[in-house]
Amino acid sequence: MVNKNLKRLYTFLIFAFLYAPIIILIIYSFNDSRFRGDWSGFTLRWYVELFKDREVIRVLYYTFAIAITSSIISTVLGTVAAIGIHGMRGFTKKSILNLNYLPVLNPDIVTAVALMALFRMARLQFGFITLLLAHITFSVPYVVLSILPKLKQMNVHLAEAAMDLGATPMYALRKVVIPEIMPGIITGGLLAFTLSIDDFVISFFTTGHGISNLSIYIYSMARKGINPTINALSTLMFISLVALLLIINNRSEKSKKIIQERR
Amino acid sequence: MKLNRIGYPYLIWLGIFILIPLLLVTYFAFTTGDSQNFSTFTFSMENFEKFMSPIYLGVLYRSVRLAIISTVICLVLGYPIALIISKEKPKIRNILVLMLVIPMWMNFLLRTYAWLTLLGKNGILTKALSFIGLEGVSLLYNDTAVLLGMVYNFLPFMVLPIFSVLTKMDNNLVEAAEDLGANRSEVFWKVIFPLSLPGVITGITMVFIPAVSTFVISGLLGGNKSTLIGNLIEQQFRYTGDWHFGSTMSIILMVFILASMALTSKFDKEKEGGGGGLW
Repeated sequence: MVNKNLKRLYTFLIFAFLYAPIIILIIYSFNDSRFRGDWSGFTLRWYVELFKDREVIRVLYYTFAIAITSSIISTVLGTVAAIGIHGMRGFTKKSILNLNYLPVLNPDIVTAVALMALFRMARLQFGFITLLLAHITFSVPYVVLSILPKLKQMNVHLAEAAMDLGATPMYALRKVVIPEIMPGIITGGLLAFTLSIDDFVISFFTTGHGISNLSIYIYSMARKGINPTINALSTLMFISLVALLLIINNRSEKSKKIIQERR
Repeated sequence: MKLNRIGYPYLIWLGIFILIPLLLVTYFAFTTGDSQNFSTFTFSMENFEKFMSPIYLGVLYRSVRLAIISTVICLVLGYPIALIISKEKPKIRNILVLMLVIPMWMNFLLRTYAWLTLLGKNGILTKALSFIGLEGVSLLYNDTAVLLGMVYNFLPFMVLPIFSVLTKMDNNLVEAAEDLGANRSEVFWKVIFPLSLPGVITGITMVFIPAVSTFVISGLLGGNKSTLIGNLIEQQFRYTGDWHFGSTMSIILMVFILASMALTSKFDKEKEGGGGGLW
């Protein structure tokens, strides 16, 4: 019994450690004072100011524009690449897989300065385009890595059977292969989106004047003190993500129940 | 069907956005000149010689030391929690794993920044410490704060791979060991722990690499006193403008990491992922 309680306590402490800053952030988004560590009453004014602050709205716009565009492009590119890689053999396959692993294993800061050097050499204007290219670059490898296992699990004869029955390769790809690997594609896409929305290091080095995502904006404010509207904004984003998760979870539980009842 | 052909455009993509940039950084590392003007570049080992001074080597040593300590703390704190979660019923298990991931949905800079509130002069933790008689303990802008930030940010990366190996482990092996008379610590050290090594190694790499190369955590929590190799690289590229020296340090960091990973993978007998990976 003692042992069990000890385990409970330990689990509780670890989760308290992980959630403490988040709880603090949420609490301080309702704080009337501008300064952290100084509680002067409950207010909703940061939530009101949030929607008036054009700078914050702009930052939010860029964050989501980059995340949505880069995750869509990298999901498509990654899916095509994964199917191609799956069909490759020998040296080509090995080298493409190793190259694919490089940005995953390399520290972010090395990937970041490398891309910065590339964009400088190509004389690209640092800004939205370079930021987008950088985000696609670091996302695609993760998409490829989440799709490849699904391709390995797939029955090799499925696509062949479809083509024997008269399907063109493109038709077989669309109607047989893609549906089979769909879970991998969805995981990869979500991963790309999450990575993009949370990225700081690579964005910091590849963006240009006037284009900031949320992380860059927060970093630039950190020295002088973070505006409480950012706390309000993150609270809203965090709560909507958790709510979304609960809804999805609830739905899949319900559909599981329906399936079980039908049986 | 020649489906493999559709993989070649990606090979070209990788060449342009992964390989060429790294070659460029290498080129920068071995040259000096005006960073903005390629025609002024001349081959030189000057940057490497510059790095071999006590100041820069000291920074590298500090970064590696802090990264190793934080990795060890993550392992010591994370392994038990992975073990506890893996022994729960599937339903509770899924909830707990999800709860490990959820914090990552809040911007990590902001979560790290929130520690300033907790550790600051009027922070809750500081007050709690002075309440138990430890007055005037400085929690902020030192190595301890940086370590705390690293452990806080990277702990889930240690727990998740270990957890995924532990849940896939064949429980019959544990029972067999028990039936053959092994006591609890023997079961753990001779059966469970060795079998979970692939997860442990994945966890170590996933904590060590971001920890050794961070500049954000040290920048936010360490103040000006705590300079890590990541901060030096950031300074060279963003402020000083000496891309050559910045590239040299990037290359040194990269080679160091690749070498230490090659070393750890020697202990990892199971290749091809071995179920230790997150993917």
